[in-house]
Amino acid sequence: MNISEYRGVWVFAEQRDGEIQKVSLELLGKGRELADQLETKLTAVLLGNHIKNSASELIYYGADEVIVVEDALLDIYTTEPYTKVLTEIINENKPEIILMGATALGRDLAPRVSARIHTGLTADCTTLEIEEETNHLLMTRPAFGGNIMATIICPDHRPQMSTVRPGVMIKLERDESRRGDIVEVTSTLTKEDMNVEIIEVVKETKQKKKIEEAEVLISGGRGVGKKENFQTLELLAKELGGLVSGSRAVVDNGWIERDYQVGQTGKTVRPNLYIACGISGAIQHVTGMEESELIVAINKNASAPIFELADVGIVGDVEKVLPAVIDELRLLKQKA
Amino acid sequence: MNIIVCIKQVPDTTEVKLDPKTGTLIRDGVPSIINPDDKSGLEAALKLKDDLGAHVTVLTMGPQQAEVALREALAMGADRAILLTDRAFAGADTWATSCTLAAAINKIDYDLIIAGRQAIDGDTAQVGPQIAEHLKLPQVSYVEGLKVEGSSLILKRVFEDRYHLVKVKTPCLITTLKEMNEPRYMSVGGIIDAYREKEIEVWNLKDIEVDHSNLGLKGSPTKVKKSFTKGVKTAGKLYEVGHKEAAKIIVEKLKEKYII
Amino acid sequence: MNFNLTKEQIMLQQLYREFAEKEVKPLAEEIDEKEMFPIETVEKLVRYGFMGIPFPKTYGGAGGDAVAYTMAVEELSRVCATTGVIVSAHTSLGAVPIYEFGTEEQKQKYLVPLAKGEKLGAFGLTEANAGTDAAAQQTTAILEGDYYILNGSKIFITNAGYADTYIIMAMTDKSAGTRGISAFIVDAETEGFKIGKKEAKLGIKGSATCELIFENCKIPKENLLGKEGKGFGIAMKTLDGGRIGIAAQALGIAQGALDATVSYVKERKQFGKPISYFQNTQFQLADMATKIEAARLLVYKAAYKKDTNQPYSKDAAMAKLYASEVAMEITTKAVQLHGGYGYTREYAVERMMRDAKITEIYEGTSEVQKMVISADLLR
Repeated sequence: MNISEYRGVWVFAEQRDGEIQKVSLELLGKGRELADQLETKLTAVLLGNHIKNSASELIYYGADEVIVVEDALLDIYTTEPYTKVLTEIINENKPEIILMGATALGRDLAPRVSARIHTGLTADCTTLEIEEETNHLLMTRPAFGGNIMATIICPDHRPQMSTVRPGVMIKLERDESRRGDIVEVTSTLTKEDMNVEIIEVVKETKQKKKIEEAEVLISGGRGVGKKENFQTLELLAKELGGLVSGSRAVVDNGWIERDYQVGQTGKTVRPNLYIACGISGAIQHVTGMEESELIVAINKNASAPIFELADVGIVGDVEKVLPAVIDELRLLKQKA
Repeated sequence: MNIIVCIKQVPDTTEVKLDPKTGTLIRDGVPSIINPDDKSGLEAALKLKDDLGAHVTVLTMGPQQAEVALREALAMGADRAILLTDRAFAGADTWATSCTLAAAINKIDYDLIIAGRQAIDGDTAQVGPQIAEHLKLPQVSYVEGLKVEGSSLILKRVFEDRYHLVKVKTPCLITTLKEMNEPRYMSVGGIIDAYREKEIEVWNLKDIEVDHSNLGLKGSPTKVKKSFTKGVKTAGKLYEVGHKEAAKIIVEKLKEKYII
Repeated sequence: MNFNLTKEQIMLQQLYREFAEKEVKPLAEEIDEKEMFPIETVEKLVRYGFMGIPFPKTYGGAGGDAVAYTMAVEELSRVCATTGVIVSAHTSLGAVPIYEFGTEEQKQKYLVPLAKGEKLGAFGLTEANAGTDAAAQQTTAILEGDYYILNGSKIFITNAGYADTYIIMAMTDKSAGTRGISAFIVDAETEGFKIGKKEAKLGIKGSATCELIFENCKIPKENLLGKEGKGFGIAMKTLDGGRIGIAAQALGIAQGALDATVSYVKERKQFGKPISYFQNTQFQLADMATKIEAARLLVYKAAYKKDTNQPYSKDAAMAKLYASEVAMEITTKAVQLHGGYGYTREYAVERMMRDAKITEIYEGTSEVQKMVISADLLR
């Protein structure tokens, strides 16, 4: 393989129902940076049916060129047709880097494509850089349950493929003045390429009900004050896609149900984020949550033991701080 | 119906801790387990055995110690167990791993191959689809529900905000999510059989037909350049500020940790 | 001499622990609080082969041995002593006597469903006036035609009411003393067999402990276990084996209390540091762990001797004597190290201390064990 033949940075633009996924825009942001550094072109690849109109969006977010393939067989994602089309245009155009979102689609398509064209693939990257001397892509990702970080290279094969976690890269400001080429490619798909039949597509908003499985927990203690105040916790949980839990004291008070109790006599939890609201941090409670990845504690009492454990400690009133956090999050969403 | 379940023995990463002084990984005393997504795949296969009398073969590639994972699978009810082990396989990335496993699978009768979606020590989700590609099989990954209909499978394939109900003809490969089911325990009698009645078949390089340039570290397109720990968790900070300022601090931290 | 567990035993232990942690522990507090027999847990125990561990597969068992069985009772009791004793009474007292003394027909009819766990077993020897003096049996069994007619009552019977098959001792010849005692297999459905009052107890509250009442209870002649007049011997041999089970239960309780204490002292802070930093705590833990390990060696050794067909009566007595006293001591210390919290229902050590006491009493009090041990020495 002559790796110098491979030029250009590609981003696979993932769309669902014609809507470009946010992660793809983020990847264009990163792709732009990598392409500039390599002094090459940034190409977005858009596959689907009746999706041509979205191509210019990809340019507004940083692409120099968009390759569009439209085919009824690409309407709803299935592995083989997408793999076939993508592989063909990769072999034709020989890009040096391909980035995809580490989504339930990207993590199905990317390995299949990488195996077909015999190249390396690095999953779930959180950092991408170009190594100066070699121009290799340095792909850094968490491994071992997030306990270590590993930097991966793919020195002798091209393209260098990587899936990237959603929310990690930063998209550029949308700029309608940006110009680029839209290249339409005809697919060679036939019915025989459809080896999986879609019977039904069901959209759902998933909600995990068990606090042991939640990735975000907003947990209330006696300091929340009264049952009604738990509504604020619910609101924040909704914003962050998490659940509300509580200490034994609030369960005993009947403010929340026993299934949502954290601690010695409740559940042991280990979410990515645990926000302890008005929880003093008695030992029985701490045993149930100390393994949480990120602990934020809000308490009026600056000497509450929970602060010894917290990554971020806020001395303050839960009823004031939480609404402010909710406002801040909503503001951020509007911007996005 | 002949089912092959690919399993991996992994360290229980929830038990891994960082040395608070050096920031290095403490691996001592970390138990080895069957990867959770794989275990649900095995459970799905064993259900098909219960319901339809399927024959279940478990296959793993790994060092000699991975035998324990296979015995565990036998003790849960699998019929046959194959350990693919050779120094030539060591250091493989997902490409080389999938080439090796596919070569072994070529020697076994199957209608369905099940792999866990991803392993908790690597989290790549790549080996399953790559095996499917090497074997030219249809694949359905992220499977959370399975039903047999004649020579086809009806599968619930999960995405972030939706699921697809799909139909695929066997032979095919699916990758399963641990949410799919609650795997059974081993049984006492199963463990005793696994050690006294059943055998683990050990296959080496000479037992499979594979292009040697696709094996192990040498056959791996990707290489680990370096690895490092994220460092020691520093003591948290306590803020006594106004609530708006506090909210900003919290949200900043959530961004920093990729929670939002 | 080899003190290492085999690979098979290590995997069994892993199963027992995982099952105990996930299926048994979450219910331990509730079944104690509500004095509730854990029927659903028993159904799961059945599914995974816990109810017939030491019996051959040909009789519906798991094909294991006494060591494998002992480890199961230990691990279950480590999180819930009630669950431990249900398995122990069923296996050692309900099923083993049929396996060891039953005819082939009796084994097919009664042992197979017990070993498969389709039926639950129990054992009745103790009477109101025949405790440690077990020979003072008053329940009678009179042969009339093809039936023995049982009259009398038993007390403190574990698994009573939930069991389907009972091994019952009764006098077939009142004039012959211990040689007048015979053993019977009694079906729970038998006419004239009734469950009497349920005891309210200090510990192992989820375990059903009741009186059994026999009123002209007609037992088919073929349900005589062993020969007429051999019942006392059967009961004593059965209790020898049962003691290993209770010793394992005690061992498990002690280990559970130590585990809970080790994690507590690392977290509980007083005087600005975890109490594990204090030498008093450290030395207490060292003593506790050492005694538990000594108890474990005695318990496993007794089981090993049973498995290798060596006399084990004295070993079983020593194991039960020591392990039960260790359980009482360790749970008491565990409560002490937990301080005020340890005295509350919030922490499991409170329950463990209550559960531990019975191990010094049932299946032969500590004093009975000393009689067995000294009798062997002074023979």
